[in-house]
Amino acid sequence: MDKMKEQVMKNMEELGFPVIVDEKSGALQWVDMRELRLRYFISIENIKPFYEGLKEGKLMGTKCKKCGRLFFPPQKDCPSCMDSDIEWIELKNEGTLETMTVVFVKPPSFGMYDPYPVAIAKLDDGPRILAWYNGDPQQVKPGQRVKVQVSRRKEGYLMYELVPL
Amino acid sequence: MSENVAVIGIGHSKFGTRKDVNIAELCWESMKPAFETANLEPKDIDFFVVSNAGMWSSEAAVPALIAEYADLAPKGSMRVEAACASGSAAVRIGYTAIKSGMADIALVLGVEKMQESPNPNVIELIGRFGSYFWEFENFGLTFPAYYALHGTAYMMKYGATEEDYAKVAVKNHYYGAKNPYAQFQREIDVETVLKSPYVAWPFKLFDCSPITDGSACVILASEEKVKELGIDEKVWILGQGVGTGTANLSRREEFTSLASARYAAEQAYRMAGIDLDDPVKYLDGANVHDCFTAPEIIAYEDLRFCKRGEGYKLIRDEQTYIGGKIPVNVDGGLKSKGHPIGATGVSQAVEAYKQLLQKAEPGRQADITKGRWLAHNVGGTGHYSYVTVYGLEKR
Ligand SMILES: [Zn+2]
Repeated sequence: MDKMKEQVMKNMEELGFPVIVDEKSGALQWVDMRELRLRYFISIENIKPFYEGLKEGKLMGTKCKKCGRLFFPPQKDCPSCMDSDIEWIELKNEGTLETMTVVFVKPPSFGMYDPYPVAIAKLDDGPRILAWYNGDPQQVKPGQRVKVQVSRRKEGYLMYELVPL
Repeated sequence: MSENVAVIGIGHSKFGTRKDVNIAELCWESMKPAFETANLEPKDIDFFVVSNAGMWSSEAAVPALIAEYADLAPKGSMRVEAACASGSAAVRIGYTAIKSGMADIALVLGVEKMQESPNPNVIELIGRFGSYFWEFENFGLTFPAYYALHGTAYMMKYGATEEDYAKVAVKNHYYGAKNPYAQFQREIDVETVLKSPYVAWPFKLFDCSPITDGSACVILASEEKVKELGIDEKVWILGQGVGTGTANLSRREEFTSLASARYAAEQAYRMAGIDLDDPVKYLDGANVHDCFTAPEIIAYEDLRFCKRGEGYKLIRDEQTYIGGKIPVNVDGGLKSKGHPIGATGVSQAVEAYKQLLQKAEPGRQADITKGRWLAHNVGGTGHYSYVTVYGLEKR
Protein backbone atom coordinates (compact mmCIF):
# COMPACT_ATOMS: atom_id res chain seq x y z
CA MET A 1 0.00 0.00 0.00
CA ASP A 2 2.76 2.44 0.97
CA LYS A 3 4.68 1.48 -2.14
CA MET A 4 1.56 2.25 -4.17
CA LYS A 5 1.18 5.65 -2.50
CA GLU A 6 4.82 6.45 -3.28
CA GLN A 7 4.28 5.54 -6.91
CA VAL A 8 1.17 7.74 -7.10
CA MET A 9 3.10 10.70 -5.67
CA LYS A 10 5.88 10.09 -8.16
CA ASN A 11 3.48 9.87 -11.08
CA MET A 12 1.63 12.96 -9.91
CA GLU A 13 4.87 14.90 -10.08
CA GLU A 14 6.07 13.46 -13.37
CA LEU A 15 2.81 13.01 -15.29
CA GLY A 16 0.63 15.58 -13.56
CA PHE A 17 -2.06 13.14 -12.38
CA PRO A 18 -2.67 10.67 -9.51
CA VAL A 19 -2.40 7.56 -11.67
CA ILE A 20 -0.85 4.11 -11.54
CA VAL A 21 -0.53 1.26 -14.01
CA ASP A 22 -2.27 -1.90 -12.76
CA GLU A 23 0.45 -4.53 -12.40
CA LYS A 24 -1.49 -7.46 -13.83
CA SER A 25 -3.45 -5.90 -16.69
CA GLY A 26 -1.31 -2.89 -17.51
CA ALA A 27 -4.46 -0.74 -17.47
CA LEU A 28 -4.15 2.84 -16.29
CA GLN A 29 -5.97 3.61 -13.02
CA TRP A 30 -6.87 6.98 -11.50
CA VAL A 31 -6.23 6.76 -7.76
CA ASP A 32 -9.11 8.41 -5.88
CA MET A 33 -7.89 11.40 -3.86
CA ARG A 34 -10.94 11.44 -1.55
CA GLU A 35 -10.61 9.01 1.32
CA LEU A 36 -13.57 8.26 3.61
CA ARG A 37 -13.39 6.80 7.10
CA LEU A 38 -16.68 5.41 8.39
CA ARG A 39 -17.70 5.26 12.05
CA TYR A 40 -21.33 5.18 13.15
CA PHE A 41 -23.17 6.44 16.23
CA ILE A 42 -25.64 3.67 17.11
CA SER A 43 -28.37 4.35 19.68
CA ILE A 44 -28.43 2.02 22.68
CA GLU A 45 -30.66 4.33 24.70
CA ASN A 46 -33.46 1.75 24.94
CA ILE A 47 -31.21 -1.20 25.78
CA LYS A 48 -29.13 0.41 28.50
CA PRO A 49 -30.05 -2.36 31.03
CA PHE A 50 -28.30 -4.83 28.72
CA TYR A 51 -24.99 -3.02 29.20
CA GLU A 52 -25.57 -2.43 32.92
CA GLY A 53 -26.12 -6.19 33.27
CA LEU A 54 -23.08 -7.04 31.17
CA LYS A 55 -20.92 -4.92 33.46
CA GLU A 56 -22.03 -7.16 36.34
CA GLY A 57 -21.36 -10.29 34.31
CA LYS A 58 -25.04 -10.91 33.55
CA LEU A 59 -26.66 -11.60 30.19
CA MET A 60 -29.90 -9.62 30.01
CA GLY A 61 -32.76 -10.12 27.59
CA THR A 62 -36.21 -8.61 27.33
CA LYS A 63 -39.52 -10.32 28.05
CA CYS A 64 -42.97 -9.19 26.97
CA LYS A 65 -45.08 -8.78 30.10
CA LYS A 66 -48.23 -9.63 28.19
CA CYS A 67 -47.29 -12.81 26.28
CA GLY A 68 -44.02 -13.79 27.92
CA ARG A 69 -42.03 -13.84 24.67
CA LEU A 70 -38.28 -13.67 25.27
CA PHE A 71 -36.01 -11.55 23.09
CA PHE A 72 -32.30 -11.87 22.56
CA PRO A 73 -30.75 -9.69 21.23
CA PRO A 74 -33.05 -7.57 23.40
CA GLN A 75 -35.75 -5.48 21.74
CA LYS A 76 -38.07 -2.97 23.31
CA ASP A 77 -41.25 -3.77 21.37
CA CYS A 78 -43.24 -7.01 21.12
CA PRO A 79 -44.68 -7.50 17.62
CA SER A 80 -46.84 -10.40 18.85
CA CYS A 81 -48.81 -8.08 21.14
CA MET A 82 -48.12 -4.75 19.43
CA ASP A 83 -47.08 -3.72 22.90
CA SER A 84 -43.98 -2.16 24.44
CA ASP A 85 -44.60 -3.24 28.02
CA ILE A 86 -41.43 -5.25 28.48
CA GLU A 87 -39.29 -6.23 31.43
CA TRP A 88 -35.60 -6.98 31.61
CA ILE A 89 -34.65 -10.43 32.83
CA GLU A 90 -31.36 -12.20 33.36
CA LEU A 91 -31.05 -15.09 30.90
CA LYS A 92 -29.69 -18.48 32.02
CA ASN A 93 -26.05 -18.23 31.11
CA GLU A 94 -25.65 -21.86 30.08
CA GLY A 95 -26.56 -23.61 26.88
CA THR A 96 -25.62 -26.03 24.15
CA LEU A 97 -23.35 -25.22 21.25
CA GLU A 98 -25.06 -25.64 17.86
CA THR A 99 -22.48 -24.62 15.29
CA MET A 100 -19.09 -23.00 14.89
CA THR A 101 -16.56 -21.52 12.50
CA VAL A 102 -13.05 -20.14 12.82
CA VAL A 103 -12.41 -16.87 10.99
CA PHE A 104 -8.95 -17.00 9.40
CA VAL A 105 -9.29 -14.24 6.81
CA LYS A 106 -10.32 -11.30 9.00
CA PRO A 107 -11.73 -7.86 8.26
CA PRO A 108 -8.91 -5.29 8.65
CA SER A 109 -10.73 -3.82 11.68
CA PHE A 110 -10.12 -7.17 13.47
CA GLY A 111 -6.50 -7.32 12.35
CA MET A 112 -5.13 -7.28 15.92
CA TYR A 113 -6.67 -10.67 16.69
CA ASP A 114 -5.47 -14.20 15.93
CA PRO A 115 -7.95 -16.35 13.97
CA TYR A 116 -11.07 -16.35 16.14
CA PRO A 117 -13.72 -19.06 16.60
CA VAL A 118 -17.33 -17.90 16.42
CA ALA A 119 -20.14 -20.12 17.71
CA ILE A 120 -23.89 -20.15 18.06
CA ALA A 121 -25.36 -21.70 21.21
CA LYS A 122 -28.93 -22.32 22.30
CA LEU A 123 -29.38 -21.05 25.86
CA ASP A 124 -31.31 -23.23 28.28
CA ASP A 125 -33.95 -20.46 28.41
CA GLY A 126 -34.60 -20.82 24.68
CA PRO A 127 -32.96 -17.88 22.88
CA ARG A 128 -29.83 -18.43 20.82
CA ILE A 129 -26.66 -16.40 21.12
CA LEU A 130 -23.78 -15.83 18.71
CA ALA A 131 -20.39 -14.96 20.17
CA TRP A 132 -16.70 -15.72 20.14
CA TYR A 133 -15.84 -19.15 21.50
CA ASN A 134 -13.05 -18.95 24.04
CA GLY A 135 -11.83 -22.53 23.88
CA ASP A 136 -10.13 -25.00 21.60
CA PRO A 137 -12.34 -25.49 18.54
CA GLN A 138 -10.66 -28.87 17.87
CA GLN A 139 -11.95 -30.21 21.20
CA VAL A 140 -15.60 -29.32 20.53
CA LYS A 141 -17.95 -32.31 20.53
CA PRO A 142 -21.56 -32.52 19.38
CA GLY A 143 -23.81 -31.34 22.20
CA GLN A 144 -20.94 -29.33 23.73
CA ARG A 145 -22.16 -27.45 26.81
CA VAL A 146 -21.09 -23.83 27.09
CA LYS A 147 -21.56 -20.90 29.40
CA VAL A 148 -21.73 -17.20 28.68
CA GLN A 149 -19.12 -15.11 30.39
CA VAL A 150 -17.97 -11.54 30.15
CA SER A 151 -14.42 -10.55 29.39
CA ARG A 152 -12.51 -7.43 28.44
CA ARG A 153 -11.58 -7.20 24.79
CA LYS A 154 -8.28 -6.01 23.34
CA GLU A 155 -10.04 -2.82 22.23
CA GLY A 156 -10.72 -2.21 25.95
CA TYR A 157 -14.47 -2.80 26.23
CA LEU A 158 -16.50 -5.55 27.91
CA MET A 159 -18.20 -8.19 25.79
CA TYR A 160 -19.83 -11.58 26.27
CA GLU A 161 -18.20 -14.77 25.00
CA LEU A 162 -18.90 -18.49 25.08
CA VAL A 163 -16.64 -20.81 27.07
CA PRO A 164 -16.73 -24.62 27.21
CA LEU A 165 -18.12 -26.27 30.35
CA MET B 1 -51.64 -5.51 -17.49
CA SER B 2 -49.65 -8.25 -19.13
CA GLU B 3 -50.36 -11.76 -17.98
CA ASN B 4 -46.97 -12.98 -19.21
CA VAL B 5 -43.53 -11.43 -19.29
CA ALA B 6 -40.67 -12.61 -21.50
CA VAL B 7 -36.91 -12.19 -21.56
CA ILE B 8 -36.28 -11.03 -25.14
CA GLY B 9 -32.68 -9.85 -25.00
CA ILE B 10 -29.56 -10.77 -23.06
CA GLY B 11 -26.03 -9.55 -22.57
CA HIS B 12 -23.13 -10.59 -20.35
CA SER B 13 -19.77 -8.97 -19.77
CA LYS B 14 -16.61 -10.90 -19.17
CA PHE B 15 -16.49 -11.49 -15.40
CA GLY B 16 -13.19 -11.09 -13.57
CA THR B 17 -10.73 -8.37 -12.66
CA ARG B 18 -11.76 -5.59 -15.00
CA LYS B 19 -9.20 -2.85 -14.51
CA ASP B 20 -9.52 -2.16 -18.23
CA VAL B 21 -12.95 -0.49 -18.03
CA ASN B 22 -14.83 2.00 -15.84
CA ILE B 23 -18.32 1.34 -14.45
CA ALA B 24 -20.27 2.80 -17.39
CA GLU B 25 -18.11 0.96 -19.92
CA LEU B 26 -18.59 -2.28 -18.00
CA CYS B 27 -22.38 -1.73 -18.08
CA TRP B 28 -22.38 -1.09 -21.83
CA GLU B 29 -20.50 -4.33 -22.41
CA SER B 30 -23.65 -6.27 -21.43
CA MET B 31 -26.23 -3.68 -22.51
CA LYS B 32 -25.12 -3.62 -26.15
CA PRO B 33 -25.64 -7.36 -26.79
CA ALA B 34 -28.95 -7.17 -24.89
CA PHE B 35 -30.18 -4.48 -27.29
CA GLU B 36 -28.85 -6.46 -30.25
CA THR B 37 -30.45 -9.77 -29.29
CA ALA B 38 -33.78 -8.02 -28.64
CA ASN B 39 -33.37 -6.03 -31.85
CA LEU B 40 -34.20 -2.85 -29.92
CA GLU B 41 -32.62 0.54 -29.27
CA PRO B 42 -32.40 2.58 -26.06
CA LYS B 43 -35.38 4.71 -27.15
CA ASP B 44 -37.61 1.60 -27.05
CA ILE B 45 -37.09 1.11 -23.30
CA ASP B 46 -39.98 2.31 -21.09
CA PHE B 47 -38.29 1.78 -17.74
CA PHE B 48 -34.98 0.47 -16.44
CA VAL B 49 -33.68 -0.84 -13.15
CA VAL B 50 -30.11 -1.29 -11.96
CA SER B 51 -29.00 -3.74 -9.29
CA ASN B 52 -25.83 -2.63 -7.60
CA ALA B 53 -24.80 -3.17 -4.00
CA GLY B 54 -22.05 -0.58 -4.30
CA MET B 55 -20.02 0.67 -1.32
CA TRP B 56 -16.74 -0.60 -2.77
CA SER B 57 -17.15 1.33 -6.03
CA SER B 58 -17.08 5.02 -6.77
CA GLU B 59 -20.29 5.79 -8.65
CA ALA B 60 -23.49 5.49 -6.61
CA ALA B 61 -25.98 6.96 -9.12
CA VAL B 62 -25.52 4.11 -11.59
CA PRO B 63 -28.99 4.45 -13.23
CA ALA B 64 -28.20 8.09 -14.06
CA LEU B 65 -24.70 7.14 -15.14
CA ILE B 66 -26.04 4.68 -17.72
CA ALA B 67 -28.95 6.97 -18.67
CA GLU B 68 -26.20 9.33 -19.78
CA TYR B 69 -23.83 6.79 -21.31
CA ALA B 70 -26.50 4.77 -23.13
CA ASP B 71 -29.08 7.42 -24.04
CA LEU B 72 -31.77 6.18 -21.67
CA ALA B 73 -32.64 9.63 -20.23
CA PRO B 74 -35.35 10.72 -19.43
CA LYS B 75 -36.88 7.27 -18.91
CA GLY B 76 -37.78 6.19 -15.37
CA SER B 77 -35.35 4.12 -13.32
CA MET B 78 -34.20 3.06 -9.88
CA ARG B 79 -31.31 1.28 -8.20
CA VAL B 80 -32.16 -1.75 -6.08
CA GLU B 81 -30.19 -3.60 -3.41
CA ALA B 82 -30.80 -6.98 -1.78
CA ALA B 83 -27.19 -7.88 -1.03
CA CYS B 84 -26.08 -10.74 -3.30
CA ALA B 85 -29.67 -11.21 -4.51
CA SER B 86 -29.82 -7.64 -5.87
CA GLY B 87 -29.88 -8.93 -9.44
CA SER B 88 -32.98 -11.03 -8.86
CA ALA B 89 -34.60 -8.12 -7.03
CA ALA B 90 -34.04 -6.07 -10.18
CA VAL B 91 -35.56 -8.83 -12.33
CA ARG B 92 -38.56 -8.72 -9.99
CA ILE B 93 -38.92 -4.94 -10.38
CA GLY B 94 -38.80 -5.21 -14.18
CA TYR B 95 -41.17 -8.18 -14.15
CA THR B 96 -43.75 -6.49 -11.91
CA ALA B 97 -43.48 -3.21 -13.86
CA ILE B 98 -44.55 -5.07 -16.99
CA LYS B 99 -47.04 -7.36 -15.29
CA SER B 100 -48.79 -4.36 -13.76
CA GLY B 101 -48.99 -2.56 -17.10
CA MET B 102 -46.75 0.32 -16.01
CA ALA B 103 -44.23 -0.57 -18.72
CA ASP B 104 -44.18 -2.66 -21.90
CA ILE B 105 -40.44 -3.01 -22.25
CA ALA B 106 -38.04 -2.88 -19.31
CA LEU B 107 -34.27 -3.15 -19.16
CA VAL B 108 -32.70 -4.87 -16.16
CA LEU B 109 -29.01 -4.28 -15.57
CA GLY B 110 -26.87 -5.80 -12.85
CA VAL B 111 -23.39 -4.43 -12.27
CA GLU B 112 -20.68 -4.54 -9.65
CA LYS B 113 -17.15 -3.22 -9.76
CA MET B 114 -15.80 -4.63 -6.52
CA GLN B 115 -12.17 -4.23 -7.42
CA GLU B 116 -12.33 -0.46 -7.35
CA SER B 117 -11.46 -1.08 -3.67
CA PRO B 118 -8.58 -3.13 -2.25
CA ASN B 119 -9.56 -6.69 -1.19
CA PRO B 120 -9.26 -6.06 2.59
CA ASN B 121 -11.81 -3.23 2.33
CA VAL B 122 -14.17 -5.49 0.37
CA ILE B 123 -13.84 -8.19 3.06
CA GLU B 124 -14.63 -5.56 5.69
CA LEU B 125 -17.68 -4.25 3.82
CA ILE B 126 -19.12 -7.59 2.73
CA GLY B 127 -19.24 -8.79 6.36
CA ARG B 128 -21.93 -6.19 6.90
CA PHE B 129 -24.62 -8.06 4.94
CA GLY B 130 -26.11 -9.39 8.19
CA SER B 131 -26.72 -7.89 11.62
CA TYR B 132 -24.08 -5.18 11.73
CA PHE B 133 -24.44 -4.31 15.40
CA TRP B 134 -24.78 -7.72 17.04
CA GLU B 135 -22.73 -9.95 14.75
CA PHE B 136 -20.18 -7.80 12.95
CA GLU B 137 -19.30 -5.01 15.40
CA ASN B 138 -18.23 -7.33 18.20
CA PHE B 139 -17.55 -10.67 16.54
CA GLY B 140 -16.15 -9.75 13.14
CA LEU B 141 -18.17 -12.21 11.12
CA THR B 142 -17.08 -12.26 7.53
CA PHE B 143 -19.25 -13.37 4.65
CA PRO B 144 -17.56 -16.80 4.41
CA ALA B 145 -17.96 -17.18 8.19
CA TYR B 146 -21.73 -16.65 8.07
CA TYR B 147 -22.04 -19.51 5.61
CA ALA B 148 -19.37 -21.57 7.37
CA LEU B 149 -21.66 -21.66 10.42
CA HIS B 150 -24.14 -23.42 8.12
CA GLY B 151 -21.49 -25.64 6.56
CA THR B 152 -20.39 -26.86 10.00
CA ALA B 153 -23.96 -27.46 11.19
CA TYR B 154 -24.67 -29.44 8.01
CA MET B 155 -21.57 -31.64 8.43
CA MET B 156 -22.38 -32.27 12.09
CA LYS B 157 -26.00 -33.21 11.40
CA TYR B 158 -25.68 -35.30 8.25
CA GLY B 159 -22.10 -36.49 8.12
CA ALA B 160 -21.09 -34.62 4.99
CA THR B 161 -17.35 -34.00 4.70
CA GLU B 162 -15.04 -31.23 3.52
CA GLU B 163 -14.35 -33.48 0.55
CA ASP B 164 -18.04 -33.42 -0.39
CA TYR B 165 -17.90 -29.63 -0.34
CA ALA B 166 -14.76 -29.71 -2.48
CA LYS B 167 -16.64 -31.72 -5.12
CA VAL B 168 -19.00 -28.80 -5.65
CA ALA B 169 -16.02 -26.57 -6.46
CA VAL B 170 -14.59 -29.21 -8.80
CA LYS B 171 -17.88 -29.45 -10.73
CA ASN B 172 -18.33 -25.70 -11.01
CA HIS B 173 -14.76 -25.16 -12.18
CA TYR B 174 -15.25 -27.98 -14.71
CA TYR B 175 -18.08 -26.02 -16.32
CA GLY B 176 -16.53 -22.60 -15.71
CA ALA B 177 -13.61 -23.77 -17.85
CA LYS B 178 -16.09 -24.04 -20.72
CA ASN B 179 -17.63 -20.60 -20.17
CA PRO B 180 -15.73 -17.81 -21.95
CA TYR B 181 -17.37 -15.22 -19.66
CA ALA B 182 -16.16 -16.89 -16.45
CA GLN B 183 -13.53 -15.40 -14.13
CA PHE B 184 -11.75 -18.73 -13.65
CA GLN B 185 -11.51 -20.85 -16.78
CA ARG B 186 -9.52 -23.74 -15.44
CA GLU B 187 -10.44 -27.10 -13.98
CA ILE B 188 -9.35 -28.04 -10.47
CA ASP B 189 -9.31 -31.28 -8.50
CA VAL B 190 -10.41 -32.20 -4.98
CA GLU B 191 -6.78 -32.08 -3.76
CA THR B 192 -6.42 -28.45 -4.85
CA VAL B 193 -9.49 -27.48 -2.82
CA LEU B 194 -8.50 -29.47 0.26
CA LYS B 195 -4.95 -28.14 0.25
CA SER B 196 -5.92 -24.48 -0.11
CA PRO B 197 -5.65 -22.30 3.03
CA TYR B 198 -8.59 -21.87 5.41
CA VAL B 199 -10.67 -18.73 5.02
CA ALA B 200 -13.36 -19.58 7.58
CA TRP B 201 -13.26 -23.17 8.78
CA PRO B 202 -14.50 -25.49 7.24
CA PHE B 203 -14.21 -23.34 4.08
CA LYS B 204 -10.92 -23.00 2.30
CA LEU B 205 -9.96 -20.58 -0.44
CA PHE B 206 -11.30 -22.89 -3.17
CA ASP B 207 -14.66 -23.28 -1.36
CA CYS B 208 -15.25 -19.56 -1.85
CA SER B 209 -16.52 -17.50 -4.77
CA PRO B 210 -14.13 -14.72 -5.77
CA ILE B 211 -14.32 -10.94 -5.68
CA THR B 212 -15.50 -10.02 -9.16
CA ASP B 213 -16.18 -7.14 -11.54
CA GLY B 214 -18.91 -7.72 -14.08
CA SER B 215 -22.26 -6.80 -15.56
CA ALA B 216 -25.23 -8.65 -17.01
CA CYS B 217 -28.32 -7.33 -18.74
CA VAL B 218 -31.73 -8.62 -19.79
CA ILE B 219 -34.55 -6.88 -21.64
CA LEU B 220 -38.07 -7.88 -20.60
CA ALA B 221 -41.25 -7.40 -22.63
CA SER B 222 -44.98 -7.86 -22.27
CA GLU B 223 -46.82 -10.60 -24.16
CA GLU B 224 -48.37 -7.96 -26.43
CA LYS B 225 -44.95 -6.50 -27.29
CA VAL B 226 -43.54 -9.93 -28.00
CA LYS B 227 -46.38 -10.44 -30.49
CA GLU B 228 -46.12 -6.94 -31.95
CA LEU B 229 -42.36 -7.18 -32.46
CA GLY B 230 -42.65 -10.74 -33.79
CA ILE B 231 -40.00 -12.05 -31.40
CA ASP B 232 -39.13 -15.71 -31.86
CA GLU B 233 -36.30 -16.13 -29.41
CA LYS B 234 -37.46 -15.54 -25.88
CA VAL B 235 -38.07 -17.28 -22.58
CA TRP B 236 -40.99 -16.58 -20.24
CA ILE B 237 -40.84 -15.84 -16.54
CA LEU B 238 -43.17 -18.54 -15.24
CA GLY B 239 -42.96 -17.68 -11.58
CA GLN B 240 -40.88 -15.98 -8.96
CA GLY B 241 -40.87 -16.28 -5.19
CA VAL B 242 -39.09 -14.08 -2.69
CA GLY B 243 -38.43 -14.59 1.00
CA THR B 244 -36.66 -12.72 3.80
CA GLY B 245 -34.72 -14.05 6.78
CA THR B 246 -33.85 -12.56 10.17
CA ALA B 247 -30.87 -10.21 10.37
CA ASN B 248 -29.32 -12.15 13.29
CA LEU B 249 -28.41 -15.76 12.58
CA SER B 250 -29.05 -16.35 16.29
CA ARG B 251 -32.73 -15.60 15.69
CA ARG B 252 -33.04 -18.66 13.42
CA GLU B 253 -34.21 -22.13 14.30
CA GLU B 254 -31.69 -24.10 12.25
CA PHE B 255 -28.47 -23.80 10.28
CA THR B 256 -28.75 -26.66 7.82
CA SER B 257 -31.26 -24.89 5.58
CA LEU B 258 -32.37 -21.37 4.65
CA ALA B 259 -36.02 -20.82 5.59
CA SER B 260 -36.32 -17.84 3.23
CA ALA B 261 -35.15 -19.98 0.29
CA ARG B 262 -37.65 -22.74 1.05
CA TYR B 263 -40.39 -20.13 1.26
CA ALA B 264 -39.35 -18.53 -2.06
CA ALA B 265 -39.14 -21.93 -3.77
CA GLU B 266 -42.65 -22.91 -2.72
CA GLN B 267 -44.03 -19.62 -4.04
CA ALA B 268 -42.18 -19.92 -7.34
CA TYR B 269 -43.22 -23.56 -7.85
CA ARG B 270 -46.89 -22.81 -7.16
CA MET B 271 -46.83 -19.84 -9.51
CA ALA B 272 -45.12 -21.85 -12.26
CA GLY B 273 -47.44 -24.84 -11.84
CA ILE B 274 -44.65 -27.13 -10.64
CA ASP B 275 -45.39 -30.07 -8.34
CA LEU B 276 -43.81 -29.29 -4.97
CA ASP B 277 -43.20 -32.97 -4.36
CA ASP B 278 -41.09 -33.51 -7.46
CA PRO B 279 -39.83 -30.29 -9.04
CA VAL B 280 -36.93 -32.09 -10.78
CA LYS B 281 -39.48 -33.72 -13.08
CA TYR B 282 -40.28 -30.25 -14.47
CA LEU B 283 -36.80 -28.77 -14.76
CA ASP B 284 -33.97 -29.19 -17.27
CA GLY B 285 -31.48 -27.60 -14.91
CA ALA B 286 -30.80 -24.89 -12.39
CA ASN B 287 -28.51 -22.15 -11.26
CA VAL B 288 -28.18 -22.05 -7.49
CA HIS B 289 -26.40 -19.59 -5.24
CA ASP B 290 -23.00 -21.24 -4.67
CA CYS B 291 -21.25 -18.28 -3.08
CA PHE B 292 -19.55 -21.10 -1.16
CA THR B 293 -19.61 -24.85 -1.74
CA ALA B 294 -21.84 -25.94 1.16
CA PRO B 295 -24.68 -23.55 0.25
CA GLU B 296 -24.99 -25.25 -3.15
CA ILE B 297 -25.71 -28.53 -1.35
CA ILE B 298 -28.14 -26.82 1.01
CA ALA B 299 -29.83 -25.25 -2.04
CA TYR B 300 -30.47 -28.73 -3.53
CA GLU B 301 -32.49 -29.47 -0.42
CA ASP B 302 -34.23 -26.10 -0.04
CA LEU B 303 -35.32 -26.40 -3.69
CA ARG B 304 -36.54 -29.97 -3.09
CA PHE B 305 -34.21 -31.57 -5.64
CA CYS B 306 -33.74 -34.24 -2.95
CA LYS B 307 -34.77 -34.93 0.65
CA ARG B 308 -33.34 -32.93 3.56
CA GLY B 309 -29.99 -34.37 4.54
CA GLU B 310 -29.33 -36.00 1.17
CA GLY B 311 -27.98 -33.07 -0.81
CA TYR B 312 -24.35 -34.09 -0.32
CA LYS B 313 -25.12 -37.45 -1.91
CA LEU B 314 -26.22 -35.68 -5.11
CA ILE B 315 -22.77 -34.15 -5.56
CA ARG B 316 -21.00 -37.28 -4.31
CA ASP B 317 -22.81 -39.27 -7.03
CA GLU B 318 -22.24 -36.55 -9.66
CA GLN B 319 -26.00 -36.17 -10.10
CA THR B 320 -25.76 -32.42 -10.68
CA TYR B 321 -23.49 -32.74 -13.73
CA ILE B 322 -25.07 -32.72 -17.21
CA GLY B 323 -26.58 -36.15 -17.70
CA GLY B 324 -27.34 -36.54 -13.99
CA LYS B 325 -30.59 -36.08 -12.09
CA ILE B 326 -30.49 -32.30 -12.55
CA PRO B 327 -27.59 -30.23 -13.95
CA VAL B 328 -26.67 -27.36 -11.61
CA ASN B 329 -24.46 -24.33 -12.27
CA VAL B 330 -23.21 -25.52 -15.64
CA ASP B 331 -22.03 -21.96 -16.35
CA GLY B 332 -19.48 -22.32 -13.54
CA GLY B 333 -21.75 -20.90 -10.85
CA LEU B 334 -20.65 -18.05 -8.62
CA LYS B 335 -17.67 -20.18 -7.64
CA SER B 336 -15.95 -20.22 -11.01
CA LYS B 337 -17.87 -17.74 -13.17
CA GLY B 338 -17.43 -15.13 -10.43
CA HIS B 339 -19.79 -13.24 -8.15
CA PRO B 340 -20.15 -9.55 -8.97
CA ILE B 341 -22.80 -9.06 -6.25
CA GLY B 342 -25.35 -6.94 -8.16
CA ALA B 343 -24.86 -8.74 -11.48
CA THR B 344 -25.22 -12.33 -10.26
CA GLY B 345 -29.03 -12.61 -10.35
CA VAL B 346 -29.19 -11.06 -13.80
CA SER B 347 -26.40 -13.36 -14.97
CA GLN B 348 -28.58 -16.28 -13.86
CA ALA B 349 -31.42 -14.94 -16.05
CA VAL B 350 -29.01 -14.72 -18.98
CA GLU B 351 -28.00 -18.34 -18.37
CA ALA B 352 -31.65 -19.50 -18.22
CA TYR B 353 -32.22 -17.90 -21.63
CA LYS B 354 -29.07 -19.42 -23.10
CA GLN B 355 -29.76 -22.90 -21.77
CA LEU B 356 -33.42 -23.02 -22.74
CA LEU B 357 -32.72 -21.70 -26.26
CA GLN B 358 -29.72 -24.05 -26.51
CA LYS B 359 -27.22 -21.26 -27.01
CA ALA B 360 -24.79 -22.35 -24.29
CA GLU B 361 -21.16 -22.87 -25.26
CA PRO B 362 -19.98 -26.38 -26.30
CA GLY B 363 -19.60 -28.84 -23.43
CA ARG B 364 -21.93 -27.04 -21.07
CA GLN B 365 -25.29 -27.18 -22.84
CA ALA B 366 -27.83 -29.22 -20.85
CA ASP B 367 -30.42 -31.37 -22.61
CA ILE B 368 -33.58 -29.32 -22.96
CA THR B 369 -36.61 -31.61 -22.95
CA LYS B 370 -38.91 -30.12 -20.32
CA GLY B 371 -38.40 -26.47 -21.27
CA ARG B 372 -37.91 -25.02 -17.78
CA TRP B 373 -34.86 -23.63 -15.95
CA LEU B 374 -34.61 -22.47 -12.34
CA ALA B 375 -32.57 -19.67 -10.77
CA HIS B 376 -31.95 -19.53 -7.00
CA ASN B 377 -30.30 -16.34 -5.78
CA VAL B 378 -29.59 -15.61 -2.12
CA GLY B 379 -28.68 -12.28 -0.53
CA GLY B 380 -26.66 -12.32 2.67
CA THR B 381 -27.03 -15.68 4.41
CA GLY B 382 -30.67 -16.22 3.49
CA HIS B 383 -31.42 -12.65 4.47
CA TYR B 384 -33.10 -12.43 1.06
CA SER B 385 -33.93 -15.34 -1.23
CA TYR B 386 -35.28 -15.27 -4.76
CA VAL B 387 -36.32 -18.28 -6.80
CA THR B 388 -37.31 -17.73 -10.43
CA VAL B 389 -38.58 -20.24 -12.96
CA TYR B 390 -38.04 -19.53 -16.66
CA GLY B 391 -39.73 -21.50 -19.46
CA LEU B 392 -39.98 -21.88 -23.21
CA GLU B 393 -43.78 -22.03 -23.13
CA LYS B 394 -45.88 -19.51 -21.28
CA ARG B 395 -48.28 -20.82 -18.66
ZN1 LIG C 1 -46.01 -9.98 23.58
